[in-house]
Amino acid sequence: MFLINCPYCGERDQQEFKAGGEAHIERPKQPTELSDDEWAEYLFMRKNIKGVQFERWNHAHGCRKWFNMVRDTSNDEIKAIYKMGEKPPSQ
Amino acid sequence: MTKNLRVKSSEYIDETNRISFKFNGKSYHGFKGDTLASALLANDVHLVGRSFKYHRPRGIMTSGSEEPNAIVQVNPGTSRTEPNVRATEVEIYEGLEASSQNCWPSVEFDIGGINNFLSPFFPAGFYYKTFMWPASFWEKYEFFIRHSAGLGKSPTSSDPDIYDHRNIHCDVLVVGAGISGILAAKNAAKNNFKTLLVDEKNELGGSTILENNEFNKIDNKTSSEWLKKEIKELKNIKNLEIKTRTSVAAYHQYNYLLARENLTDHLEAKDKTNKIRQRLLKIRAKKVILATGALERPLIFNNNDRPGIMLSSAVKKYSEFYGVACGSKNVFFTNNDSAYESAMSLYNKGINVEAIIDIREQSESKIVKKVKEAGIKIYWAHSIVDTTGYKRLNSISIMKLSNDGTSVSGSKISISCDCLGVAGGWTPAVHLYTQSGSKLKFDEEKQIFLPNQNTSEQISVGSCDGDFKIDEIIKNLNQKLKDILNIYETNLDSIKVEIDQENSKRNIWLLPSDKPLGKTKPFVDYQNDATAKDIKLALREGFRSIEHVKRYTTTGMGTDQGKLGNMHALGIIADTANVKMGELGTTTFRPPYTPLTFGTIVGRNVGKFFDIFRRTPMNDWHVENKAEFENVGQWKRAWYYPINGETMHQAVQRESKAARESAGILDASTLGKIDIQGSDASEFLNRVYTNAWSKLAIGKCRYGLMLNEDGMVYDDGVTTRLGENHYIMTTTTGGAANVLGKLEDYLQTEWPELDVYLTSVTDHYATASLCGPNSKKILKKIIPDLDLSDENFPHMSFKEAKIGNIQCRIMRISFTGEHSYEINVQASYGKDLWEKCMEAGKEFNITPYGTETMHLLRAEKGFIIVGQDTDGTMTPIDLQMDWIVSKKKYDFIGKRSLYRSDTTREDRKQLVGLLTDDPNIVLEEGAQIVSELNQSPVEMLGHVTSSYFSPNLNKSIALAVVRGGKDMMGKKLFVPMENQNINVTVSNPVFYDEKNERLNA
Repeated sequence: MFLINCPYCGERDQQEFKAGGEAHIERPKQPTELSDDEWAEYLFMRKNIKGVQFERWNHAHGCRKWFNMVRDTSNDEIKAIYKMGEKPPSQ
Repeated sequence: MTKNLRVKSSEYIDETNRISFKFNGKSYHGFKGDTLASALLANDVHLVGRSFKYHRPRGIMTSGSEEPNAIVQVNPGTSRTEPNVRATEVEIYEGLEASSQNCWPSVEFDIGGINNFLSPFFPAGFYYKTFMWPASFWEKYEFFIRHSAGLGKSPTSSDPDIYDHRNIHCDVLVVGAGISGILAAKNAAKNNFKTLLVDEKNELGGSTILENNEFNKIDNKTSSEWLKKEIKELKNIKNLEIKTRTSVAAYHQYNYLLARENLTDHLEAKDKTNKIRQRLLKIRAKKVILATGALERPLIFNNNDRPGIMLSSAVKKYSEFYGVACGSKNVFFTNNDSAYESAMSLYNKGINVEAIIDIREQSESKIVKKVKEAGIKIYWAHSIVDTTGYKRLNSISIMKLSNDGTSVSGSKISISCDCLGVAGGWTPAVHLYTQSGSKLKFDEEKQIFLPNQNTSEQISVGSCDGDFKIDEIIKNLNQKLKDILNIYETNLDSIKVEIDQENSKRNIWLLPSDKPLGKTKPFVDYQNDATAKDIKLALREGFRSIEHVKRYTTTGMGTDQGKLGNMHALGIIADTANVKMGELGTTTFRPPYTPLTFGTIVGRNVGKFFDIFRRTPMNDWHVENKAEFENVGQWKRAWYYPINGETMHQAVQRESKAARESAGILDASTLGKIDIQGSDASEFLNRVYTNAWSKLAIGKCRYGLMLNEDGMVYDDGVTTRLGENHYIMTTTTGGAANVLGKLEDYLQTEWPELDVYLTSVTDHYATASLCGPNSKKILKKIIPDLDLSDENFPHMSFKEAKIGNIQCRIMRISFTGEHSYEINVQASYGKDLWEKCMEAGKEFNITPYGTETMHLLRAEKGFIIVGQDTDGTMTPIDLQMDWIVSKKKYDFIGKRSLYRSDTTREDRKQLVGLLTDDPNIVLEEGAQIVSELNQSPVEMLGHVTSSYFSPNLNKSIALAVVRGGKDMMGKKLFVPMENQNINVTVSNPVFYDEKNERLNA
């Protein structure tokens, strides 16, 4: 059970949060210009790596804000947490 | 009849407080402070159970939670009964009853004991090998195997006790209150850390509290005396909370630990009532100090499992702590000095010690000399090759052990004894440490696994970190405390320790016998009857991974999880396969460390709190009017209102007709409602719905369809424009929370530039939906001054009005196809509104209808229900709802996906109507649809999604999804059922009032 440092509320138990998959996948601004393959890349393709992964999390049972998390999936170490729109920390 | 084996009054046992209890139906007595195990031993009862596979007689082996043999059923036959309880952990109380498990008809005479003599036929993997064929017989075999297996019996009536959960946050959690834990907790608390100290026992002090070796001194006192003084001082330390009878069950990441606090298990039945029995502590600690100690290892030799054969430390604890002699002729068998301490402890209490068998060549320590001086015979470099005594040990045979420890020689000496204390060294209790994700390494010199890589703010101190001598413990503890607490001094800096330095040990995992291994029974896992022989067999048969050997032989798979024998199993594998133990690794230690009751796990979430539910403000009315309820998400919704013993079908038919012929009323309060405000609200709706919203006038309503980004229908509902920048959106009942979450996600992450605010107001409003040709007249009666003409208040529009003083929002929208109004009031007025409608509607025979009639009425109109007619694979085009997809809008969620190659396929499943050729046959929802009957395998075209008998059309109607269904209008298809093939015809999904004339009726 993680202890997650919500950037708006501080440290809270994992059960207050919802994981939202891979981070930094921007919705294309002009979807109609995209080929089927390009759209499928956005729509379906997600990484699932053993190691450092960038993820979206939501404080669903708290402030309901979305934020980003850098997590090492091999040992669940949370390496960084930052707000939506902020640049990911360099590794 | 039974001997009293109390030797000398103990400070922990209150001999003035005599307690009677029953074991296997027979009455015994013990004293306040006794465990069931110590009280039985004091009554000379060693035989307490039968082993799992061979039903061999087994006795009490340990004095703690690692007990593999003395597993009993507590209070059998009552609602408080609990199986698989360790007798060593049960504190006795007046009226306690316990019985042996896994034996029939009794522990003294157990028919299953025949398995012991048949044991050559029960090798490792016996079940896997024997019950393989014929394969179809497995079910028959399983019936018998299941009946002969199993330990205790689970209770058959509901648990009368209360359980609880509690969250605890602390700076420092110390697990284990032995000497290391006590010193760690004391220093943490004194340095202003909020500290919690827990121990599974009722008393503090661990094993050091029994340490009276005169050669080991702390500040010139014996360890025991010194520690008692420390414990007294704990009481006055602020910041320190101590919880005893509290066992840490699990250690998760981020220093999140679960512990079970036992509150009433030691009390008499009359004192248990209305109290919390056990509490699950959910502990979040900034730092964790593990002081879990070490478990004594047995030695693995032939017939090492007879009642009377115990751990040396347990023999000592029973005499020192409980004042009980485990036997009248005691012998110790050891590979290190600790058995000598036990022997001296017994000797000093006047208990007879016959001999010590030591597999070492010699030891020079002072305690050994002391034993010699006491006249106790020591057999150096000898090993036990066999034991006798079926229900109680009565003798051992020993022989000279060879230098390499693999064989015995010389003449066999027989020693008569009734208790054998076995000392095989100590295994650090690293279970919790590894649960936290931290890694172990194998120490080749000490032959133990030790903590190596910490993954969180944690340390291991004392014997669980491999420090067994008091001077090492204090020195290392001092440094570790300074590091983890970031402090410069401790009260350990000035402690003076003298110790008896001898530390020699000879480790042999499997001791030889004069008989070949195949003819011996050296037990490694006592509970599961796994012997060294079985482990070697597994290796011969090709198993190499420790995890595979474990499962094949069942070593370490009992309720004790192999706390005693796992290391020996590893050692035997390493020796046999000629690999290093460090390379083998260990099996995984999984939580819980000791078993947890279900009650503790669920806490208060039982009965009506098991799954929370939501009720509408009108709920009481529905209950009073005998509605049947249906669960929709977490909501309890009125399903139908049977009168005069109607069946569901009859009630629904009546309600459906009434709604179309005169007036019906539905509680629609559960629909999700989201208040949307902000200068970009219209633009936002344009992006989340498939249709256009910019031109919706204030005071008008519009139906919207929401897709996922993959183009599939996600939710639907009517949204009303309340003001220039203000909308109220309704969602499906079950989808409300997810829709809000999805909208917030897009607003925060993709479109943060939009000025839009969302608020869930589902619970703030109660909604009555009034429908039918007389709905207008009823509303007129309730709100006489509201102009209800079609010109002023047309279909798909909104008015604010007052019913008396109650402010209400009225939408003229319809999910039934009838002229209807949805009246929203503040939730607390919901029942009042409902009753006003009922009163006003009386003259029109207003009929309350539930969700079933609502479904029927909308199906007559071909309106979809998201989640019933859709399943996450239906696009609006598949639903034949092309009209709602804007061609003009540049983008909305899911638009691009609507012309992917897959979503534009012609042969996708599409929503159609189905009419049965026989109008009286109602199709089953979920039934498959085919076009050919004589095909094999038959091609499935789709399935029925909604199906009803329509009282208004007087025929059966159904909605279905059918591959390429759009172009099949009028085509004959089949719905094959178990007993018949039903002929159906594809139709328009709108069955009733296709021109929508009734909306303005």
